[in-house]
Amino acid sequence: MTENIFENEQTRASFEPKIWKKLWPFVRPYRYKLLLIVALMVVIAGVDIAMPLFQRYAIDTFITPGTTDGLWVFVLAYVGVLVVQALSVIIFSRASMVVEMNLGRSIRRACFVHLQQLSFSYYNQTPVGYILARVMSDTNRISSLVAWGINDLFWAVAYVIGVFGAMMLLNVRLALLVMTVVPVIAVITALFQNRILRTNRRVRAVNSRITGAYNEGITGAKTSKTLVIEDRNDRDFQQLTGLMYRTSVHATMLNAMFIPIVLFFGSLAAALVLQQGGYLVMEDMLEFGVLSAFVSYALGILEPVQQMARVFADVIAAQVNIERVTTLLEHKCDIVDSPEVIERYGDCFEPKKENWEPIHGDIEFDHVWFKYPDGKDYILEDFCLKIPAGQNVAIVGETGAGKSTLVNLACRFFEPTKGRVLIDGRDVRERSQLWLHSSLGYVLQSPHLFSGTVMDNIRYGRLDATDEEVYEAVRLVSADGVIQKLENGYQTDVGEGGDRLSTGEKQLVSFARAMLADPPIFVLDEATSSIDTETEQLIQNAISHVLNGRTSFLIAHRLSTIRHADVILVVRDGKIIERGSHDELMQQGGYYYSLYTAMSIDQMQ
Amino acid sequence: MPNHSLSRMFVRFSRGYKRFFLLAIISSGLSILFQFLMPQVIRITVDSVIGDKPFALPTSIMDFINSLGGRDFLRGHLLYCALFVIVFSLLSGVFNFLSRMGVARGTEGTIRTLRNTLFAHVQRLPFAWHTQNQTGDIIQRCTSDVDVVRNFVANQLIEVLRTLILITTALTLMFSMNAALSFVALIFIPIVMLYSGIYFSRISRQFRDADEAESDLTVDVQENLTGVRVVRAFGRERYEVDRFDEKNDIFVSKWVHLGYTLGTYWGLGDLVTGLQVMSIIVFGAILAVRGSITLGEFLVFVSYNQTLAWPVRSLGRTLSEMSKAGVSLTRLYEILIARAEDEDENPGREKPDLAKDIVFDHVTFRYESQPVLKDLCFTIPHGTTFGILGATGAGKSTITYLLNRLYDLPPDGGRITIGGVDLRDIDRDYLRRGVGVVLQEPFLFSKTIEQNIGIAVKDPTLEQVRRCADIADVDQSIIGFANGYDTMVGERGVTLSGGQKQRVAIARTLMLGAPVLVFDDSLSAVDLETDARIRDSLRKNTGDSTVILISHRISTLMHADNILVLEDGAAADIGTHQELISRPGVYRRVYEMQSDAAKGGSWQ
Repeated sequence: MTENIFENEQTRASFEPKIWKKLWPFVRPYRYKLLLIVALMVVIAGVDIAMPLFQRYAIDTFITPGTTDGLWVFVLAYVGVLVVQALSVIIFSRASMVVEMNLGRSIRRACFVHLQQLSFSYYNQTPVGYILARVMSDTNRISSLVAWGINDLFWAVAYVIGVFGAMMLLNVRLALLVMTVVPVIAVITALFQNRILRTNRRVRAVNSRITGAYNEGITGAKTSKTLVIEDRNDRDFQQLTGLMYRTSVHATMLNAMFIPIVLFFGSLAAALVLQQGGYLVMEDMLEFGVLSAFVSYALGILEPVQQMARVFADVIAAQVNIERVTTLLEHKCDIVDSPEVIERYGDCFEPKKENWEPIHGDIEFDHVWFKYPDGKDYILEDFCLKIPAGQNVAIVGETGAGKSTLVNLACRFFEPTKGRVLIDGRDVRERSQLWLHSSLGYVLQSPHLFSGTVMDNIRYGRLDATDEEVYEAVRLVSADGVIQKLENGYQTDVGEGGDRLSTGEKQLVSFARAMLADPPIFVLDEATSSIDTETEQLIQNAISHVLNGRTSFLIAHRLSTIRHADVILVVRDGKIIERGSHDELMQQGGYYYSLYTAMSIDQMQ
Repeated sequence: MPNHSLSRMFVRFSRGYKRFFLLAIISSGLSILFQFLMPQVIRITVDSVIGDKPFALPTSIMDFINSLGGRDFLRGHLLYCALFVIVFSLLSGVFNFLSRMGVARGTEGTIRTLRNTLFAHVQRLPFAWHTQNQTGDIIQRCTSDVDVVRNFVANQLIEVLRTLILITTALTLMFSMNAALSFVALIFIPIVMLYSGIYFSRISRQFRDADEAESDLTVDVQENLTGVRVVRAFGRERYEVDRFDEKNDIFVSKWVHLGYTLGTYWGLGDLVTGLQVMSIIVFGAILAVRGSITLGEFLVFVSYNQTLAWPVRSLGRTLSEMSKAGVSLTRLYEILIARAEDEDENPGREKPDLAKDIVFDHVTFRYESQPVLKDLCFTIPHGTTFGILGATGAGKSTITYLLNRLYDLPPDGGRITIGGVDLRDIDRDYLRRGVGVVLQEPFLFSKTIEQNIGIAVKDPTLEQVRRCADIADVDQSIIGFANGYDTMVGERGVTLSGGQKQRVAIARTLMLGAPVLVFDDSLSAVDLETDARIRDSLRKNTGDSTVILISHRISTLMHADNILVLEDGAAADIGTHQELISRPGVYRRVYEMQSDAAKGGSWQ
């Protein structure tokens, strides 16, 4: 497994513009909206700064002289400012939400589109959960940080600068005094924030282990009962909750220390102002109002300074998210169509079907050498095989012996390391992937269905098929009886991944799906798992119908399918060790012979 | 769902942690007290030290100030006043810390007990309960709902208490200074709370919609990823992207819609809070001009009012979210009141010798209203191999479940006995250890292979584990892995093939050394060659255990001493392989069908 694919919880200590630059193409369309948001943030910060001034004005203009003249003007101005603030908040938050969601949408889309083109080698090495986390949670985090976090940062910066400016105008000495606490708070916040982030991550990690344990405890409940290991499971689980307890309490402790410390420094600033400012007032060098405004500022500056440090920590933490997403986006496809091929045949989203040659189904392996990208040894060495259109190739061997390799090459899910695979006499690389894939029928041992109705799933084989054509395909594979017996017939919801159907039912549906596509080339990975004998008969029936007149690859487990094949390839330890017709191989008396006799004696006795 | 039993349940889980909650509440009160005293110091300093208003303080404090030298001394030493500000702030901080730590320890401890109880209880709930409830739903309850409860206790419950203490303290202090101005502040409190309470209950629907849109999108992406082979094989990339776009757009529009509502709420909330502050300033100014309050009091009012603004605003939201916690607690309560196996009215106490004949005596069983087994009568002599053949849904697995007491027969359902003792009278755990079952779809735990195989016995040696793995024909595959027996199984380790899983599960059950072994279709995923090999070594190595093989492969069953043919829950036939193929019936039909396939139609 390659390390870039898996979650490595590394934290970066520094801000790296290079990483953020990769985000620019996605952010660019929203740059004006972001500018508007930043401008609004400055307005809001300005209003926030002006608030204590109203208090000061009220003291100096009304209370100290003892008059209420001009109070109405004061109220009007105050209300006016409040309305400006409310409107700015409404506009800014709406705009931020629009930016967040649209930015997320375009990054997610880019990931999804790219994933449609990534090769199977990527999927073989990467668990679905990890990919899903990149497409969903990482993009969400990035877009919300860009839309909200950066704005918070601007508000905080504008506020601190503004307050500093206002204080400098009012009294230089007191202003400098208040500002001395700013760097202290910033440093404390940065120190704590890093630790808090790290502990929170630990809490989340333990939490997902707890979820995993519940999952295991519940899905494995039956097994636990039969083995009578409930007490042992309890003990394992209690260790986990104990760890959770310690980690959570630790995380809270950091938080519980952090906030009082920051508040303390705030009141320290207020105390300094009181002491120093008090003397100035007594000596008539300062007005009461100014003193009270300063006390407000000293306490009010806490929040933005904390915010700055917090957002900055978030920005650094989010670099990991960006890297994960961009690593996915930059992951090279092992199999790409050349520009000339795309020029002529189109890509997988915009095919130029008018240029597609019809496919007959002659397949030839021409001196093919192959090893898997993550493997060391060659699985095929100088392999040659001609499969004329309409022939059946059976591949037999033990479970896990590597029977799908040839299929993967013929379907161009992988490409030969050396040599060529020819279809209808031309190298597969001279035509587009979609050209080939559109002519494939593929039924897997564990068939995959998509959530939706049975009808939707069969129609996946040919999207523009009429209902009649669907019914016809179903009849051809004798699945009509089974489908009609389902709760709602063709309209039965198959559930996520087809979970609501039995394996046999899923197989029949996937046969019908392949049948509807009516492909010249067919790949079948026979089922070995438990299907009752009657359904198995239906499936056998379906197979013989589907194979009729098509070039096909069968990963075979049944003697009947093996015997009828035109060519049999025998695989052992990932390598093809024998090939020929049934009779030829039986005469050789090699591995196939022993495999076949073992199977048949077992079945015959 | 009566509310008092919910709170009783909660009290039960917080046992042992109550002192932490008590500490939290007391510290919280003290913290608030000191937080409010700080502005008072500023007021006195401004009014009576810097200004010339008389001190309005209790005599004991006045005596202390006078002993220092009175106002003149303080005017000369403003530092002392400043020090009081700092000391009060420090004390407020310390108590704040203590209060948060108390909450954390209390909550996390309570939640730990809750989690442990849930886990233990769910494991001990009867098998029937597990089949009736969806795994996803139970996990959801044990995780998300527990989180909701945790949040409620950790944040909301204490926050509400804190806010109430805050409001009471602030209002008391404010009223002691000036009643009229306090009313102005008081009026706004219900308005703000009502405003955010109503708003949040309104938008919770939008939140749900948006969440649903998100999970729709997630499911779509997940299915695309797991079905990538199908997508490619049919060349459906374009179609998939179109469908993704549609879901993606819905997701975005729902959240933008929610964002609009939230933006309005925030904006208007700021306006209301701003108006409250303004009212205090304006009315305060008027009162100060009239001489009803001092300048220092004015400053204190403004500062208390600001302290109140945010907590009051979030109180409305908190209250509206508290209802969620009630819902979550109810959902957890539903799990906890379900009766566990050991709380059964008939747990069974006997521990007889299990190396005896098993007798099915008119066994009839139904799931809800669906009959599964109908009047089954047969005997499995001890030490023999017994085969059961049947189509899917014929009731094969039910026999396994009954033998293991995963289900109990109803009183009128006949009886199953071992050595003459009714299974229902046998201690459950004892029976399960004595009847080793390998299930059709075995579950492996995310531990190493060695731990998995040895999981059911105390301190197993590697030799024992390897011996059983060898009998199950999986030892060679395991030592072929890079980490051998230390290989992790499951999500964070290797993915075993279906056949390997089944074989590991067989080895695990063999470790029990049980006098009765049941293989419920547990060789279905291995090829025939391996199947034969495993059966062979089982025969050699299980000594005089009774072996029950369940399958729909004739080749698996044909060597059994006796074979039962199940059809729709009833015994269609029983006999040896030779007897069964010599007479017409299901067995012969299946046999012919399967050997026909073996012949490939034209076997000579």
